[in-house]
Amino acid sequence: MVELILFVVLSTVVIGGALSMILGRNPVYAAMGMLATLFGLAVIYVIQLAHFVAVVQVIVYAGAVMTLFLFVIMFIGVDKAQSLDEGLAWQRPAVLGVVAAILAMVGGLVLSGRWEWITADRVALSGQVIEIPVPPNGTIESIGESLINRWLLPFEATAVLLIIASVGAIVLAFYRPRRLQSVGDDAE
Amino acid sequence: MTDYLWLIIVLPLAGAVLNHFVGRRIGEPRSGWLAVVGVGSAFVYGAVAAVPFFRGGDVAEEAVTSVHLFDWIPGIGATAELLWDPLAATMVMVVTGVGTLIHIYAIGYMHGDERFSRFFTYLNFFAASMLILVLADNFAVLFVGWELVGLSSYLLISFWFSRPSAAAAGKKAFIVNRIGDFGFMVALMIIFVSFGTLSYGPILENPGDVIGVGTATAIGLLLLVGAVGKSAQIPLYIWLPDAMEGPTPVSALIHAATMVTAGVYIVARTASIFELSTVAGGAVATVGALTALLAATIAIAQRDIKRVLAYSTISQLGYMFMAVGVGGYVAGVFHLVTHAVFKALLFLGAGAVIHGMGDEQDMMKMGGLRKKMPLTWITMGIATLSIAGIPPLAGFWSKDEILAVLFERGGYFTVLWAVGLLTALLTAFYMGRQYFLVFEGKARWDEGVEPHESPRVMTNPLVVLAALTVLVGLINTPFRLSFENFLEPAFEAVNIAQGPESAGSITLLAVVSVLAGVAGLVMAYLLYGRADETTRQRMLGLVRRPMFVWENAYWVDRVYGRLVVAPGKRIAVWMAEFVDQVVIDGLVNGVGGTVRRIGGWVRPLQTGFVRSYGVLLAGGAVALVAWIMSRGL
Amino acid sequence: MTVTPDWYMTLAAVLFLIGTIGLLLRNNALMMFMSVELMLNAVNLTFVTAGGAVGNLDGQMAVFFVLVVAAAEVAVGLAIIVSVFRSRSTATVDDLAELKG
Repeated sequence: MVELILFVVLSTVVIGGALSMILGRNPVYAAMGMLATLFGLAVIYVIQLAHFVAVVQVIVYAGAVMTLFLFVIMFIGVDKAQSLDEGLAWQRPAVLGVVAAILAMVGGLVLSGRWEWITADRVALSGQVIEIPVPPNGTIESIGESLINRWLLPFEATAVLLIIASVGAIVLAFYRPRRLQSVGDDAE
Repeated sequence: MTDYLWLIIVLPLAGAVLNHFVGRRIGEPRSGWLAVVGVGSAFVYGAVAAVPFFRGGDVAEEAVTSVHLFDWIPGIGATAELLWDPLAATMVMVVTGVGTLIHIYAIGYMHGDERFSRFFTYLNFFAASMLILVLADNFAVLFVGWELVGLSSYLLISFWFSRPSAAAAGKKAFIVNRIGDFGFMVALMIIFVSFGTLSYGPILENPGDVIGVGTATAIGLLLLVGAVGKSAQIPLYIWLPDAMEGPTPVSALIHAATMVTAGVYIVARTASIFELSTVAGGAVATVGALTALLAATIAIAQRDIKRVLAYSTISQLGYMFMAVGVGGYVAGVFHLVTHAVFKALLFLGAGAVIHGMGDEQDMMKMGGLRKKMPLTWITMGIATLSIAGIPPLAGFWSKDEILAVLFERGGYFTVLWAVGLLTALLTAFYMGRQYFLVFEGKARWDEGVEPHESPRVMTNPLVVLAALTVLVGLINTPFRLSFENFLEPAFEAVNIAQGPESAGSITLLAVVSVLAGVAGLVMAYLLYGRADETTRQRMLGLVRRPMFVWENAYWVDRVYGRLVVAPGKRIAVWMAEFVDQVVIDGLVNGVGGTVRRIGGWVRPLQTGFVRSYGVLLAGGAVALVAWIMSRGL
Repeated sequence: MTVTPDWYMTLAAVLFLIGTIGLLLRNNALMMFMSVELMLNAVNLTFVTAGGAVGNLDGQMAVFFVLVVAAAEVAVGLAIIVSVFRSRSTATVDDLAELKG
């Protein structure tokens, strides 16, 4: 019961945030909507007993990534309202077509009785009723244990990835096109 | 000796190669003598290797050998092998013997020519090619030689290629030859299909066991097509008169003594196949007869000294075809030998006359040369008597034997005998006419021309040939058929047609043919030797119309031009303009254009907008998932 | 009605769809980027839910890595957007259409 209420509330928050993000004129308002979505998702993770993921979601995604986004929005100066005009002809119809196709696919699945492909409902697959298993407890200990024992290589690889990304970001930040640099020197 | 039989071919070939590379450096006349050594050594080798055949009997039969050189193209039965038998030996000795004399003569004739050594390269190359042809033991090798002599002929006819007429004549010879070669190739294909091999041995031993009359007729007729092209018979003789554009030694060697006899040679070689088909043999003989008569009539009215001899060659080849067509292989080959000798002599003598007259070839501008060029006069006189068939010269014996064989065959062939007899009369007439116009009578040459005798290097071969033409007839008289015995081992498988048995018939026929010859000579004497200008004109006026036709050679070239050449040219033009430019270029350009057009349709996809790419991406992903799902569904 | 994992999956699917639409229909680079982040989050939700449905931690591990990579990607991506803005002074994606055919 509790879960149902929670689900309804949270899904409203999440979807509302998503919609305001894509429909908002002002990028800052869109970022706010995105934040709402991220928080909502974090709560959903807690419901799913993925505590660590939830915390990391808040800290990293909502905390660092969105902050970075806001920085760049301010920096570039698009914090004013943007137009929602569509420059490319056929873009809206095309997107409409793609969405329709996706919905048709899903509808096709449902209609042909393969609902369990989407839901992975064990009941329908094997004919036996199986208990919905208790989701594992995603505490730091269990995550850490799994990380170091089973997923060590990807773990180290992501460390390398982060270094590369940092280096890349720094290079891009300090990059000045030659011409501008020389003009700058001459001017001085 | 036969172990190194291939030397006969390689020696002149080596001469050609050497002359090609160092000829220019060693200069005249040394490159000429090098070529002489090339052919001369081949002659010596051939003569020595032929000694067993001279012994006759069993020794000769044993000496017939097939020399295997190497496997060539087994898939079509082509092996490189050479055959050494009396027929091959005869041909080798004629080619190399007469060839050597002509090479020596050419040293004098081509003196001062800018491409002196190149000439001898080509001459030696020709000799090697002809020797490949006659020594072959396999139709494929024969064909190689066949084609190579055609090539040599082309190279030599158009030797002075800066003259457009010479270049055109070389082209004409090659193309007309090619037509004949086509028939020849089809014949070879039929032979291979029927016999499974191209080697002489299995084919010519007993062809009747493998093929029927129909196939034999087909093969025979197709070989005839090839022979007609190479030996200048109807309807493919038109290249030979034009081939006189080449230097006279070339005319003597290739277009009188050797290459043109290749047709006769192959009929003699494949005698066992021709035996199976009376139709084929009859066709050969008939073609020969018609050609002999036609060419003789044309020769009567020619003014150019070499053209008379060209048509004479065509006519005499007709005689040889008549002989081998009815099975008189010995008679035919005998005439081949005697003709080679006296025709070479006639051509070389004509060359000496032309040379001495400062390159004048019109007989009407000659006359009374007997005092100016005595040696030439005597030798050509002897040759004229020989070709007219006056005993005891060679021409009489061989021509008479052909006529005897024809008469003895009887039936339809008696008609051919009559044609032969008439042609003999005409032959004597036009040769006499030539003799009187050139050597007798009043001088008619232009101002500034100073006729003189040729140098020794040119007259010595003439003397040798004259001696030969006197003596060589004696190798096959009715009293002593030495040549027939000599050739016997080569014609084991066939019946050689003979002349009449009784001495009376033989003598009668001989007398008749001699009378024809004498009559011809007398007529020539009356018209050209004794008569003054007005009487001659009056007499010729009586036959003005036929003479006009003969002088123009029945306008055959013009007819061919309109019937064959012009349509051919039109097709070529159509091909070049329509097929090549419109169809093929259109296709190729069309492919390019189509690719461009398709590119043009696809290019708009590259809008440059990331978002349209994104839409396409999404659409593609959806399609992919849908496809995967559909497979599972 | 119990809330089964299917419900969360459906929610994730809807989020993904919204993210796609946002990606394709906005022409501001930053907005497009945010839509991509939304799609990544939808996938994260799917992973967590599926992991829970199967019963082990693999789903959450996957999320962990996705998170890391997403963070790195955002850093670099925003750096690119900033440099592009510096040389072109535009953040509209449609203006960067020079590779057209």
